[in-house]
Amino acid sequence: MTETRLPYLDLEHISKSFGPVHANQDISLKVFPGEILALLGENGSGKTTLMNMLSGIYRPDSGSIFVLGELATINSPKDAYAYHIGMIHQHFKLIEVFTSLENILLGVPHNKKEKNNPDSYDKGSAKDAKKLVTKICQKYGFQLDLDKKVYDMSVSEKQTLEIVKTLYRGADILILDEPTAVLTPLETERLFRVMRNMKEDGKSIIIITHKLNEVLAISDRVAVLRKGECIGSVNTKDTNELALTEMMVGKKVELKIDRDEPIHPTPRLEVENLCCRNEFGREVLHSVSFTANSGEILGIAGISGSGQKELLEAIAGLQRTSQGDIYYNDYDDSEERIDLKSKSAAQIRNLGVRLAFVPEDRLGMGLVGDMDLIDNMMLRSYRSGKTQFVDRNAPAALADQVVKELNVSTPSLHTSVRKLSGGNVQKVLVGREIASSPKVLMVAYPTRGLDINSSYMIYHLLNEQKKIGAAVIYVGEDLDVLLALSDRILVLGDGEVRGILDARKTNKSEVGLLMTKQQSAPKEEQEGAAHA
Amino acid sequence: MPKKNKLFRFRAPFHLVKRNDMRWWQALLFRLGAVVVGLLLMCLVLWIMVNANPAAVFSNLVSGCFGSQRRTWVTFRKMALLLGVGLALIPAFRMRFWNLGGNGQILMGDLAAIMCMYFCGAAGWPNWAIILLMIPSAILAGAIWGVIPAIFKAFFNTNESLFTLMMNYIAAGLVTIFLGAVVTSGSGTLPMQEAGHFVSIGGNDYLLVILIIAAVLAFIYVYLRFSKHGYELEVVGDSENTAKYIGINVRWSVVRTMALSGALCGLIGLLLAGAMDYTITADSAQNMGFTAIMVAWLAKFDPFAMLGTSFLIAFLDNGMASGVQRAFGITNNSIGQIVIGIVYFCIIAVEFFINYRIRRNHPTLDVSVNAEKGGK
Repeated sequence: MTETRLPYLDLEHISKSFGPVHANQDISLKVFPGEILALLGENGSGKTTLMNMLSGIYRPDSGSIFVLGELATINSPKDAYAYHIGMIHQHFKLIEVFTSLENILLGVPHNKKEKNNPDSYDKGSAKDAKKLVTKICQKYGFQLDLDKKVYDMSVSEKQTLEIVKTLYRGADILILDEPTAVLTPLETERLFRVMRNMKEDGKSIIIITHKLNEVLAISDRVAVLRKGECIGSVNTKDTNELALTEMMVGKKVELKIDRDEPIHPTPRLEVENLCCRNEFGREVLHSVSFTANSGEILGIAGISGSGQKELLEAIAGLQRTSQGDIYYNDYDDSEERIDLKSKSAAQIRNLGVRLAFVPEDRLGMGLVGDMDLIDNMMLRSYRSGKTQFVDRNAPAALADQVVKELNVSTPSLHTSVRKLSGGNVQKVLVGREIASSPKVLMVAYPTRGLDINSSYMIYHLLNEQKKIGAAVIYVGEDLDVLLALSDRILVLGDGEVRGILDARKTNKSEVGLLMTKQQSAPKEEQEGAAHA
Repeated sequence: MPKKNKLFRFRAPFHLVKRNDMRWWQALLFRLGAVVVGLLLMCLVLWIMVNANPAAVFSNLVSGCFGSQRRTWVTFRKMALLLGVGLALIPAFRMRFWNLGGNGQILMGDLAAIMCMYFCGAAGWPNWAIILLMIPSAILAGAIWGVIPAIFKAFFNTNESLFTLMMNYIAAGLVTIFLGAVVTSGSGTLPMQEAGHFVSIGGNDYLLVILIIAAVLAFIYVYLRFSKHGYELEVVGDSENTAKYIGINVRWSVVRTMALSGALCGLIGLLLAGAMDYTITADSAQNMGFTAIMVAWLAKFDPFAMLGTSFLIAFLDNGMASGVQRAFGITNNSIGQIVIGIVYFCIIAVEFFINYRIRRNHPTLDVSVNAEKGGK
């Protein structure tokens, strides 16, 4: 980049603290017109804080922001729009019961039309807005149904709406906070196409992400944050995954997932013809059969909403099944096969089945957000002991151990888990589940939203469990990881098993093809929305 | 290059910043400050309305509560009762089951106890036998009144707030029916019952209630903090899915907790019948089921903090009714209540300032000044 160009956005010496925490320290950053800047950094490195200052949600403690060379004061999102800055948050800010158009129009005041000028529009009127929005969609290649209600939309549609809304309000610099975290590979590609179109039109885009391959695919320049400081920015074409990881983490990181041969695999969990209906009576699992072996990682691939959640919950006793059987064998302890079908979580536990489950929704299902680390550790063990009183000593020791072994960053063991960052919440949950020394360990999207270091730590933990003979069932969305980590891959599609592949022999395109085979696209997308 | 966007011109003069750094003693100072501000505002209103001298208002407030030995005991007993109802409510509240039916549950306990006194007294039972019957009947009646909405909530997911609220009216109706059936005189009031009075400790009619509530306080503290049930109900309150995931029987937890909540309310009714009123009207619960919600919320459902909030409310209520109103000839009770409401408003409002800081939005230049200070 030639430094002689006038940057659209120029951040100088921005600092922001929350109490004793320095979220951003002396960060300087430039964004030029018509470029895509990727903002890379681990969890809690201050990416979102920095962007929230640009979009007027926070104010910097010190430092200045220049827009087109002029000193800018951004006190509110409205101010940000006045400087043509628009942010698309990770959690969408849409009114569920409104249509696309109503969401776009919300808060946009009427303006006077110029007479005798066919290109003059009243941005506040629904009629003109419809024309303008259609124009925007055509220009950049968005697909958006303006009369669809938000609650009927898939995650990807909602995201499209957010972007169009931001453009409609006149944003020339768009900030996307982890836009691909919730998208399927196909949807991600579509998003990237649109982003490139916008770039060609001269818009600047800042994209926050963890995923290195995406950074390399879409961005022109990468700025790396570490612990609230800007480590530097490099041109994307001059860098690679390893170099970026090193900048991000501050030390060399091995980006390799070990995979040992399974030791004496024996059938641990046998699922036969499992069928399952959701609360609306729709069949979400159809005649699913598979075997999970001890000492093996079984990966489950599939477009989101293909029945992964229901399958795991059916095994864990949280989902009513309509047909089929789930057998649990533990040849170390007994010869007996135990049928888990139609048993509640409590019954399964009382049968002595050592089943651990890391659900997708960490705070909504796996943990209690308002309780501290110790009480959350206690969830699995509080029943032990004959008295009516709980014993907090053992859970406290466990919490201490998990915090130390998994490097959970928390002010204390008495901090409520809601206050921890996503990665640390996940470590607490995985740590607790593994501590019960499970025979079957089921994990759903365990690295969603986690930084590289934490992700690899989780992969490592899963491998350890495999080594000591647990049957690990891993539901993931990143096909590269699934292929590298699993021994076998089960592909789910529309609630059916599309195939079970040997992960050592298959490849990404084969899995991808099975995932999308015979799929009716709109229905799939709706499923995604419902579960999001 | 684009010009400055003209669509959005308004700029707020201040913005709010969430505070995380406030210590407990700072928060306490804020709350005490709010009480002081509230009392001053109250004086101002009284000064305008009845030309009351603020110093006289204060001294009457205090003397209304503590002016005589009897008044002091009355204040502390009132505080104990409010605390007791608050303690009854918090297990349900911590489970996020909004039990607004405290009144009805108290009244049912009260009614059950009075019925024992009335019928067994007429049958000539000895006092101790009547009391032995009163205790379980009152507690059971309260528990049943709490369990009914809990069952509907657990199995049919009905709205517990509305349900418990409606149960209050049914309870009041039952009391009226009972009175209609047994009272033959024209006054319509039940005379004080002679049988089934609780013992007075050392000749003191107030101490028994206070001691029982102290025991309830200790029980609830231990129950919530150290018992498995207490732990379970908190898990259910935070996330039902987590509770199911971990194998907690959510329905049973809801029903069990409401049985406890109702039973404790029934106990309060028992105390009203056997140790205080010896009679019953449809208003016997004195709206404590609602006032105690405030006791519980202001204390953030912490049993020991409720000592403070129940004292404050009892102090204001009694000081106003038997001190200030009497001294300044305010015969309308509603006026006293409205004036007390000013203090409550201040106490509730201060929570906002404990959670947020208000910062002025600086004009553009200030940021760069900060930059010079903060930058290198």
